[in-house]
Amino acid sequence: MYAVFKRELFSLLNSLMAYITIGVFLLASGLLLWFFPDTSILDYGYAELSGFFGLAPFLFLFLIPAITMRSFAEERREGTYILLATRPLSDWQIIFAKYLACFVLVVFALIPTLIYSYSISALALPTGNIDTGAIIGSYIGLMLLGAAFVSIGIFASSLTKNQVVAFALSVFLCFFAYSGFEAMSQIFSFRSIENILLNLSVNEHYQSLSRGVLDTRDLVYFLTFIAAFLGLTKLVIGGRKW
Amino acid sequence: MSIHVNSLSKHFYKQKAVDGISFEAKPGRILGFLGPNGAGKSTTMRMLTSYLKPSSGTASICGFDVETQSIELRKVMGYLPENTPLYTDMYVQEFLLFVANTYQLKDAKQRVKDTIEKVGLAAEQHKKIAMLSKGYKQRVGLAQAIIHDPKVLILDEPTSGLDPNQLVEIRELIKQLGKNKTVIISTHIMQEVEALCEEVIIIDKGRIVANSPIIELKKEHQLTSLEDIFRKLTS
Repeated sequence: MYAVFKRELFSLLNSLMAYITIGVFLLASGLLLWFFPDTSILDYGYAELSGFFGLAPFLFLFLIPAITMRSFAEERREGTYILLATRPLSDWQIIFAKYLACFVLVVFALIPTLIYSYSISALALPTGNIDTGAIIGSYIGLMLLGAAFVSIGIFASSLTKNQVVAFALSVFLCFFAYSGFEAMSQIFSFRSIENILLNLSVNEHYQSLSRGVLDTRDLVYFLTFIAAFLGLTKLVIGGRKW
Repeated sequence: MSIHVNSLSKHFYKQKAVDGISFEAKPGRILGFLGPNGAGKSTTMRMLTSYLKPSSGTASICGFDVETQSIELRKVMGYLPENTPLYTDMYVQEFLLFVANTYQLKDAKQRVKDTIEKVGLAAEQHKKIAMLSKGYKQRVGLAQAIIHDPKVLILDEPTSGLDPNQLVEIRELIKQLGKNKTVIISTHIMQEVEALCEEVIIIDKGRIVANSPIIELKKEHQLTSLEDIFRKLTS
């Protein structure tokens, strides 16, 4: 499994696509956070990163599908999947290897943003007077959100031969999981349905982690979410209609 | 018997791609798998490598069942798929090392070196696979199939699209490999079968129409060329 993980990660790092998407992610978050006056922290007046953590999920909505779109779709198109499938590897090992490789790349994209938290803490008055708990919680939330989006992306990629279709489908599914349930919950006036839909929403659990409170319910939610989409991927891959 | 196939079938919806075939293969022999396009050769091979699930029937390689012991089976089997799919963005050495690592071979680097020698890739080993000519890609395909020294080799049209010189070289290589392994090759080039194989299986529309040594087949049909026998049986 490690061999497949290594190959996947290297092939991602060898492609220009990964650098362009990570570059665009960092550029967009940098511009929105420090330069554009409407969203800039410098004009905001408070030393906190909530702007960044509110923005990052929307950037992930495009960054992550761009990273995951090729994982299975390309192998299907090139016919190379048979090379992997006839090695002594189980379907799960192949899925996990590809999943982890994409997730590691998402973590790579997040690492440079740690500079923002350092800058904030240096700008605070007195220096270092920031809500460290909330920042740590938000980073954990962002990573779990990224992990959930990667599982959606891997699933979408296993459905089609076409990378563009895989990208579009996973953007849609990510967006729906992120705020679709929340929007739907407002349609219903019954409390019970509203609560169920709210609990299904990624955003709801992400917000709860962002407050800096690590709740096992949120953790269980994200792990279940990931397991569900990887399970669906296994169903598609195991069916082998191609 | 290293390959055992018993009334194996594969249906794609209503279409029967492979319809109840049975055969056996012994070590130290090269078995030719013949048939017109769409006869079910590749589908049978894919089931043997446990890539496709059989609709009914059983198959085993070295005693490992294709459905229940697929991981063990894949360790003793080497497979060259049709059209030789390869990761063309990788370098030859890098790709073979990756393949060796998926088998968790201990002396992976040495194995890669030996295999490169064996298939005659030494001059091209530092190139990207995408840069190689068709003949050399085919060698990389063979190398990935034999790197873990499998007992059974399944080669799906190993010589399609090669020039006459490369053809002879690849055939020579397969002949060498066939000395101590069980080899199945599928092809529709008759000269190749006569040059390589002692036994042939001819399948048509998913069914076996002939399964015997070439000499006996010629006696039986009173024909001297395999091509005539092939056309008589499959048209």
